[in-house]
Amino acid sequence: MPTEALSLVPKTDAKQTMKDFKSDQEVRWCPGCGDYAILAAVQGFLPELGLARENITFISGIGCSSRFPYYMNTYGMHSIHGRAPAIATGLATARRDLSVWVVTGDGDALSIGGNHLIHALRRNVNLKILLFNNRIYGLTKGQYSPTSEVGKITKSTPMGSLDAPFNPLSLALGAEASFVARTVDSDRQHLTSVLRAAAQHKGSALIEIYQNCNIFNDGAFEALKDKQLAQEAVIRLEHGEPIRFGAPWTEAEGGDGQGRKGVVRDRATGDLTVVDVSVDGTDGVLTHDAHAASPTTAFALSRLADNDTLHHTPIGLLRQVERPVYDDLMADQMDAAVEQKGKGDLSSLLAGSDTWTVVG
Amino acid sequence: MTSQVEQASKDAGPADTAVPAGAKEVRRLDRVIIRFAGDSGDGMQLTGDRFTSETASFGNDLSTLPNFPAEIRAPAGTLPGVSSFQLHFADHDILTPGDAPNVLVAMNPAALKANIADVPRGAEIIVNTDEFSKRAMAKVGYAANPLEDGSLSAFNVHPVPLTTLTVEALKGYDLTRKEAGRSKNMFALGLLSWMYHRPTEGTEAFLRKKFAKKPEIAEANIVAFRAGWNFGETTEDFATSYEVAPATKAFPAGTYRNMSGNLALSYGLVAAGQQADLPLYLGSYPITPASDILHELSKHKNFGVRTFQAEDEIAGIGAALGAAFGGSLAVTTTSGPGVALKSETIGLAVSLELPLLVVDIQRGGPSTGLPTKTEQADLLQAMYGRNGEAPVPIVAPMTPGDCFTAALDAARIALTYRTPVFLLSDGYLANGSEPWRIPEADELPDLRTQFATGPNHTLDDGTEVFWPYKRDPQTLARPWAVPGTPGLEHRVGGIEKQDGTGNISYDPANHDHMVRTRQAKVDGVEVPPLEVDDPDGDSKVLVLGWGSTYGPITAAVRRIRRTGGHIAQAHVRYLNPFPANLGEVLAAYDKVIVPEMNLGQLATLLRARFLTDVESVTQVTGLPFKAEQLATVLKEAVDAH
Repeated sequence: MPTEALSLVPKTDAKQTMKDFKSDQEVRWCPGCGDYAILAAVQGFLPELGLARENITFISGIGCSSRFPYYMNTYGMHSIHGRAPAIATGLATARRDLSVWVVTGDGDALSIGGNHLIHALRRNVNLKILLFNNRIYGLTKGQYSPTSEVGKITKSTPMGSLDAPFNPLSLALGAEASFVARTVDSDRQHLTSVLRAAAQHKGSALIEIYQNCNIFNDGAFEALKDKQLAQEAVIRLEHGEPIRFGAPWTEAEGGDGQGRKGVVRDRATGDLTVVDVSVDGTDGVLTHDAHAASPTTAFALSRLADNDTLHHTPIGLLRQVERPVYDDLMADQMDAAVEQKGKGDLSSLLAGSDTWTVVG
Repeated sequence: MTSQVEQASKDAGPADTAVPAGAKEVRRLDRVIIRFAGDSGDGMQLTGDRFTSETASFGNDLSTLPNFPAEIRAPAGTLPGVSSFQLHFADHDILTPGDAPNVLVAMNPAALKANIADVPRGAEIIVNTDEFSKRAMAKVGYAANPLEDGSLSAFNVHPVPLTTLTVEALKGYDLTRKEAGRSKNMFALGLLSWMYHRPTEGTEAFLRKKFAKKPEIAEANIVAFRAGWNFGETTEDFATSYEVAPATKAFPAGTYRNMSGNLALSYGLVAAGQQADLPLYLGSYPITPASDILHELSKHKNFGVRTFQAEDEIAGIGAALGAAFGGSLAVTTTSGPGVALKSETIGLAVSLELPLLVVDIQRGGPSTGLPTKTEQADLLQAMYGRNGEAPVPIVAPMTPGDCFTAALDAARIALTYRTPVFLLSDGYLANGSEPWRIPEADELPDLRTQFATGPNHTLDDGTEVFWPYKRDPQTLARPWAVPGTPGLEHRVGGIEKQDGTGNISYDPANHDHMVRTRQAKVDGVEVPPLEVDDPDGDSKVLVLGWGSTYGPITAAVRRIRRTGGHIAQAHVRYLNPFPANLGEVLAAYDKVIVPEMNLGQLATLLRARFLTDVESVTQVTGLPFKAEQLATVLKEAVDAH
């Protein structure tokens, strides 16, 4: 039977605060790192779930972000490079009474661990994956990552990187992810709202969090953070709302307070494009449907962003659909096996059917 | 037709001639070795399996050696496409599938050519003459028909048109010639079943069940099977049939069944989960020759067994380790190439100090090597194949049936010491089979373990806290605190940890302490002392083996003792840590011979550890040692000392 996302996780009556989720370990990220804001957002939002703290686990791989579990006063494992989704899959499928979170980075999740990420998503294991994307390798001191823009000058690419980058959201959608969202480290409110939605989601949730590495890739997301620049760059997605962005048409101008730009479907190609929206807003602007059964439009939205300028970067929940959760299916088969064959009896298993007796 | 008798009597005393039954003579043999050989599409493995089941249910001791190519359907009629199944059965206790077949069933020229070198003069050869076309013979390099050119005159050749006879027998059925011909393996099985007085009900029941959805195919196979039997009964070419009495004296009292290594290992894992009262979790990726364990365990979900077919080897062990963190008895199954991929995660398990079984069904290497052939060349990989000082206990089963006990024992070590444990089986054990005494429930070990439930340490200020790396002073194991236990929230990881608290620590003295402590924990794993079999008590030569060489070595030792030679034998089941008395045992003999299916890996460990110059005897043919060949080597040593 499908279950609600957290229905099997024990609740607590005790009042929890952010402090309850802070471990006694000193946080050792570089001063000014975007990871601090994400940590604070996670610690700040978990109390509202009201879950027994001991039933929450954080599993990470290797990289700066993967130190995350040490700072959470929950169960946690700082594992090896790229393997967190695999390890978390084992934990989540063995223990449906746990809320399992994966913390990973762009190198960890998309380079060395790319295989595990896509397979966790396609299976729809009940994992919440926080992908900290800073578009650089931080812990190894500044090599380009699989999300770095082409031509990136780094220690390992003095003449510029050659690889075309991954778009993590496109990748996740292609891997059949049932929940795909993007948010930004510095926007606590939005980050929290996405975490909340992910926690309640049944199955795998992939949250790409743009995170600033102020040492090796400072300002990588400035276009999305600077108020002025963001107007052009950020497409904020709200389910059921027209996809509008840019400087708003004001009431004084006779507008509806929404952006002067919008996303429409190109009738000729079926693709999405950005257009100027007239003041009355009647230009066939697409209404965002995060729950559409087909991932096609969500994929098209994920392709709007320009990799270099970050113009037209969708922020928010691209896709959230219900589909069977791997852990549930596995549990169902185990129940069905007991129903069909009865609870296993070791003696009769060992005895088998073809035997002979030796009398002493 | 005395060849079988001579062959048997050479090793196991004279054979009787029983009173002829009816027109045909019946002879009594004490043991027989049969090899079925054909194209990989001819169903030789199935034929061998069925003959084995008939033989097991008759009560003979037996040992089998399936030998097949890695290709599912290698090109028909070629030498590389030959698949064979050898079965040795006897009225007494035997240890190996036998060196040389007394009977070769060759379904085509390729099968004859590929196997003839192993067949001793005087042996019986049954050939399917229908397949000996010019083209088929030319394909494998026979310029002339070997059935006619006299080259097989040293053998008792029975030319039988197996295909034609099968097709003839199935005439009344709505089958094409090609379809009908497919049942020729059952015709051959019927013939052999007649020759050796095998019970047939089991095979008929098996065919009915296997083809339950195609009753006409089931019927055709049964008719072919019976036709083969009747052919033996009536044709003059087969004048004699043979009896091999049940091996009643070879076994302790009990109920027995035929058991292959991979099945035994699977059952051992299920039993370990039950005996530990923990859910069993298998994270695995298909690989020859280990996949059968994944298949088998996936059938037993009603035992609370979870099986997870992962995206790759690394994810297989990763999921298992995640499940171990969550309190499951976790297992990953693989072969050598998979171990290579899992190495980093095994290292993580060493660091996390969580129970985890790593099952390696060894095959020929390096790289892809020989996927369907056996080898013991992963010992050093299991022992040392990780970065850093990462000791892992190693248990190696000795016979197919022993895989059951070894799995339970590996689980005991993993759970008691909170450590990954290697279980080193191999292709020979995995696919070979032998009679296995079914254990009673009360013979199985109690593997129950305690999860941590509360604080285990008092700070200076009197606060009660939980320290995830505070160890049991006896075993040096750390507490296993599973998520969901209130108050014991803690973080583990692959970065070096401070002793006790488990917090990250880069302190030089702490690292030194932790490395030595992890080593001491594994060194301190309790394993029984090595038992030496030295009936004369004055042997100068010791033969020391490990793993699947137990059968051939023991058979070789028996041959030597039968001819009056004095030799001691011991078999190491625990490769890490070694039994505490191993050094003493080595020192007690003038000469220690170590046969292995590698280039001397145990020998290397022994020399390094005990400064003993053992003599390494090695073979890497992808096949087990032959008893005769080992006996020759051992005899030379015995005679020289």
